[in-house]
Amino acid sequence: MKHLLTTNELSYREAVRILDTADQMAAVSSRSVKKLPALRGRTVVNLFFEDSTRTRISFETAAKRLSADVINFSAKGSSVSKGESLKDTAQTLMAMSADAVVIRHASSGAPQQLADSGWIDAAVINAGDGKHAHPTQALLDAMTLRRVRSGATGVASTGMDLEGMHVVIVGDVLHSRVARSNVWLLTTLGARVTLVAPPTLVPVAMDDWPCEVGYDLDAVLAEAPDAVMMLRLQRERMNAAFFPSEAEYTRGWGLTSQRVQRLEDMGAPTVFMHPGPMNRGLEISSEAADSPRSTVLEQVANGVAVRMAVLFLLLSGDESSPYPSEN
Amino acid sequence: MSVPEHAEQSPRSMTSRVILSTPDIDRALSRIAHEILESNKGSRGLVLLGIARRGYPLAQRLAAKLEQIDPDFHAQQSTGQLDITMYRDDLRRHPARTPQPTVIPDSGIDGRTLVLVDDVLFSGRTIRAALDALVDVGRPNAVRLAVLVDRGHRELPIRADHVGKNLPTSSHEKVRVLLRESDPQPRARGHEDCVIIDSPVVSDDDVARAPGTAGKGPRA
Repeated sequence: MKHLLTTNELSYREAVRILDTADQMAAVSSRSVKKLPALRGRTVVNLFFEDSTRTRISFETAAKRLSADVINFSAKGSSVSKGESLKDTAQTLMAMSADAVVIRHASSGAPQQLADSGWIDAAVINAGDGKHAHPTQALLDAMTLRRVRSGATGVASTGMDLEGMHVVIVGDVLHSRVARSNVWLLTTLGARVTLVAPPTLVPVAMDDWPCEVGYDLDAVLAEAPDAVMMLRLQRERMNAAFFPSEAEYTRGWGLTSQRVQRLEDMGAPTVFMHPGPMNRGLEISSEAADSPRSTVLEQVANGVAVRMAVLFLLLSGDESSPYPSEN
Repeated sequence: MSVPEHAEQSPRSMTSRVILSTPDIDRALSRIAHEILESNKGSRGLVLLGIARRGYPLAQRLAAKLEQIDPDFHAQQSTGQLDITMYRDDLRRHPARTPQPTVIPDSGIDGRTLVLVDDVLFSGRTIRAALDALVDVGRPNAVRLAVLVDRGHRELPIRADHVGKNLPTSSHEKVRVLLRESDPQPRARGHEDCVIIDSPVVSDDDVARAPGTAGKGPRA
């Protein structure tokens, strides 16, 4: 694996391996010396054509914990606003000999283009492209779910998958790269995924997606799923009237305090996930966001560990050379 | 992104010899345990850290023996595992191995006498990486090295304080240590734990002498 572009190209083994590595990376964050020398002397470029705080900071922290040098590039205030093309921008960065490029772009497929075109020689990591994919977010969600399961069963998380877990992804599936990446990764790991959304926010051609689709959140929650992942309502991508009003959306598909209470009454094991940033009071109520069931902050912490694992696995060594003897 | 599995079958055109069988390994570990106590003048402040993967079961066995000899020593509270994957100097050239957990005893390693335990001492690069990894964990008073097999061919100025067996080898040979904890495949009786040398069939004169066999090798 040279690049990380989508989660549907990740095999079961690769996914479990990334998560196992991430578990050990997470242990580093609890030490007093939070640094590893693994990527000393390598350069990671954060190429962000779209606004982001948590993903960029997370990648930056991850690269720095592995001792890599980090160059941050955001399209605002750069030559991109003067009309420089993706190719020229990328090649300029390559001339500074970057070893890995972390790219976020508003256009689906921009990371793929960067990886396949031969413009650059570095490893490409997709940090979110348009409505297409956001693989590291899906990996950190899988890591969070795995830790939830490990905490519930008391079994160490190493080597564990998500076999038999039921994950419900709720909200703006149409515009969500997080939902797409999660559907593929979580099913690869054995989980059962149900998407719940207003009919207007469900993509058209999703027959080949390995998941179920529902429109009634209460009916799905009555099954007491292991996790509910609320998606952010992406108002910046909404150019049409997808639902009559925000209040109506909240009533139908928001994680309201009534729904939280109903899960409490059922004694369901459900945890609440959200990729952030949250629209409190819209898709998730404050009661849900601040409840002990919420894993939002764990997700952020696991994000650093997962990104450390991805950077480490992509940048250390290539498969052409065999591994030497153990001694 | 696949890692070649550590070959458990000897490759073709190789002959395999068992150098140490289960009782041999047990005797070697007993001797090392006594040596550790002797050089430390007791078990005060001792911590055993096994290098992942096969050093850890060896460290556990050594700790159990130390506990038998000296009841003041608490095996459980003084044994841990150290993963050195992130500290290797060949990360650029070889596919990364999945890191193993690093487990440090609750009492920490600051001010203790720390014994690193590994299965085979070869180039010394693993031990260099382990010394680097230790710096990020704490500051022991002294670090000692115990290995089951020293096969020579050092590339760095590193030597072991306690050696189970000095094994002169050719650089073309491969030394494998199989332990029941880390390699649970069924093996013949008496070979549940064993040390094996795989040699290419073509003979080779490049036989190195491991330090210690020349008679003036440093021993603790």
